[in-house]
Amino acid sequence: MAITLDAKIPEGPLEHKWDEFIAHEKLVNPANKRKFKVIVVGTGLAGASAAATLAELGYQVDAFTFHDSPRRAHSIAAQGGINAAKNYKGDGDSIYRLFYDTIKGGDFRAREANVYRLAQVSVNIIDQMVAQGVPFAREYGGLLDNRSFGGAQVSRTFYARGQTGQQLLLGAYQQLARQVGLGGVRLFNRSELVDVVVVDGRCAGIVVRDLVTGEVSSHAAHAVVLATGGYGNAFFLSTNAMQCNVTAAWRAHRKGAAFANPCYTQIHPTCIPQADEFQSKLTLMSESLRNDGRVWVPSNLDDSRPADQVPESDRDYYLERLYPSFGNLAPRDISSRAAKRAVDSGRGVGPLKNGVYLDFADAISRLGQGVVFERYGNLFEMYERITGEDPMKVPMRIYPASHYTMGGLWVDYELMTTIPGLYCAGEANFSDHGANRLGASALMQGLADGYFVLPNTISNYLAPLLGKSIPGTDHEAFQVAEQEARDRFTQYLSIGGTRSPDHFHRELGKIIWDYCGMERTEEGLDKALSEIPALYDEFQNDLRVTGDGESTNQTLEKAGRVDDFFQLGLLMCLDAKERKESCGGHFRAEYQDEEGEAKRDDENFAHVAAWEWSGDYTAPVRHEEQLEYEVVQLQTRSYK
Amino acid sequence: MNVVRNLTLKIWRQAGPDRAGYFEEYPVAEISDEASLLELLDILNEYLINEGKEAVVFDHDCREGICGTCSLMINGQAHGPQRGTATCQLHMRKFQDGDTIVIEPWRASAFPIIKDLMVDRAPLDRIVEAGGFITADTGGAPDANLIPIPKPVADASMDAAECIGCGACVAACPNGAASLFTGAKLTHLNLLPQGQAERYKRAEAMVETMDEHFGSCTNHGECEAACPKSISIDVIANMNADYLSSKFKNRKKLSRV
Repeated sequence: MAITLDAKIPEGPLEHKWDEFIAHEKLVNPANKRKFKVIVVGTGLAGASAAATLAELGYQVDAFTFHDSPRRAHSIAAQGGINAAKNYKGDGDSIYRLFYDTIKGGDFRAREANVYRLAQVSVNIIDQMVAQGVPFAREYGGLLDNRSFGGAQVSRTFYARGQTGQQLLLGAYQQLARQVGLGGVRLFNRSELVDVVVVDGRCAGIVVRDLVTGEVSSHAAHAVVLATGGYGNAFFLSTNAMQCNVTAAWRAHRKGAAFANPCYTQIHPTCIPQADEFQSKLTLMSESLRNDGRVWVPSNLDDSRPADQVPESDRDYYLERLYPSFGNLAPRDISSRAAKRAVDSGRGVGPLKNGVYLDFADAISRLGQGVVFERYGNLFEMYERITGEDPMKVPMRIYPASHYTMGGLWVDYELMTTIPGLYCAGEANFSDHGANRLGASALMQGLADGYFVLPNTISNYLAPLLGKSIPGTDHEAFQVAEQEARDRFTQYLSIGGTRSPDHFHRELGKIIWDYCGMERTEEGLDKALSEIPALYDEFQNDLRVTGDGESTNQTLEKAGRVDDFFQLGLLMCLDAKERKESCGGHFRAEYQDEEGEAKRDDENFAHVAAWEWSGDYTAPVRHEEQLEYEVVQLQTRSYK
Repeated sequence: MNVVRNLTLKIWRQAGPDRAGYFEEYPVAEISDEASLLELLDILNEYLINEGKEAVVFDHDCREGICGTCSLMINGQAHGPQRGTATCQLHMRKFQDGDTIVIEPWRASAFPIIKDLMVDRAPLDRIVEAGGFITADTGGAPDANLIPIPKPVADASMDAAECIGCGACVAACPNGAASLFTGAKLTHLNLLPQGQAERYKRAEAMVETMDEHFGSCTNHGECEAACPKSISIDVIANMNADYLSSKFKNRKKLSRV
């Protein structure tokens, strides 16, 4: 099946495109909406908000999550905040400025029309969430408070202590729960998508595996929404939750959905450094800490004095030195690379010399302990639980870690993938962040997609299907997909090798981190492209999964996810190799200027790379969607 | 890096909801004090798989103390000995050489065991579905700054909203009550101006759904001590006050119909 990448961007000036779309979209009348079944997979911000809103509109919705409850989705772990162009501070913010900051933050590799729409609906998100009871931080007069975030010179970030993601997810979860109670949504928990079913070129439904009984079953629908998050766990060590995986997106990719820009991965600058070899997960410390924390390393190599004994003259506040106008609030990709260089130069701090300091001493003397603790207390406590050190007394140690993936399933302006009837929302799609995401924009995008974009665009697809019958789960395509899924899981159990899925995941992660992490080279990527298939062979022949397939078996679940990470990991490296430029989170050492800053190649790479599955995971087909800029002038990104 | 030596893990194994359970002992020669308790279980599982045995099933996800997926009774305490800390944030530096660590699933009849240390907490979702929300369909919300909320009110609402829904309060309660969980959600929503329209209907619906699944509160206070978010037992008083009021207010409205 040849794919076409038609972004379907509405006509008209940028600021009117979304209004134009809404004015002319096809609608389904209220009484007919209940005749349509929509499946939503994933119940994070994008999935829960989409499921709830679609049910409010009257569609029959089936929502699937592999968690025990929709409220566990990893959106819950976002700490810092959510951006919105409310300009409540009167500091010069506007929809255009949020749009421009996002495009620039993404290093001019995102689609203009999508990003402008995101900035437009950002203001509705805040209104909606306040109406639903999200207890955002407020000032003494009772109005909403804002803080600043990386990559912006205005304060437009709304927050709820250090738990903004939690409060927003609970808001969306409660709306979803309300619909479950009202019967508008049927909830399937502990159910994992194992395949997407396509009949006559359109998405007909999904196949899921019950994680309690191991039973595989089919579900048919008029349309399917995947809101299944990012693939940052390809690196094994990341700030993602342990269960985060690429399986849903990958299974859709194998059925014809193009996968866009897999090499755009975000390495977050402020995570707690790895403490030892067996560690299974890294913990993020919110970027908001950089509002008051100063990043530094000792100026001299092998300076092993405790932080408080290093005099000012022997400290290198390298972000303030290199990027005076943004300082400690430089965007994530730039801050991460600067930290890597400081550590690689031998000036790292901590027992393993694998971190840099984030120091609050100045803020404490300027604002007092009380104010600093009120702003960051819960983050400080979390840091202390993990490291045993109190950031009020000694500087935090931080280091970059895999955190977010800008790449994902290719979608058009309506968030439809290259499979008609299959939509993708939130982190799982590629649409809005280009090559680098700004802080506090993930929550914004997830909710924009789920609350405001999908409920509008999906009717455009459904309206013409009124009165037509759709393939049921007795259709042969469902039976085939079910059998393939059963066979796959039986196969994992029957290999009978010697190594666990975690072993392979850890080894795969090391390869991807070393060669497709913060800095990439053609040579390194070639190495990865030969090492990954070798390790994958070993996985297929030497995997050991104990237990059975008829009851809860987390080892078996993991095997399926690692299998898909292998194939995706290879695609990440291929994509990174083909993109012969540096942009945002994708830094190719061959393409940098004299000062070590990323060098883009707008002539040849101002496009989205969308990969088509060919049946052989080592030989996908690369397609391009040219990025047309009507309003923004492409510039070299500078935060100096 | 320091290590903790000669630990004995006593872990509850149970093949399914209707199977008999038992404790199995696993010796641990040494473990870094930087490891979390769940990382210790990861290492144990890696060892069990290498031995050809089935790994211990336990719920976990974010490992940052926010998703509420992890559980575990550790030496008889929900989420273990460290106050205000979820199991995933409990590190081995809190244990001594030679300790025996007893690990069990949540103990509550409302949370039946699925396998080993994994339980079914779905009744908590049923309580939220009954009324733990503010009815505000997407679209048409007024400007977010239209209704000022005094900072102390927003802060108190947030204190209650921090609940992660892990179920530790239920597991710690001698009666298996879910009053802290329900009270926290009611306090979060009922304090806010946006929550007033459905305040008493919400209290009535949530409390009565809670009573269908869980035991009754008799003010032991174990829930507050076990809560990884240190949610105050005051939320139960708020819940009781609103529930009582609901019985007058909702009836009064009915009589007007």
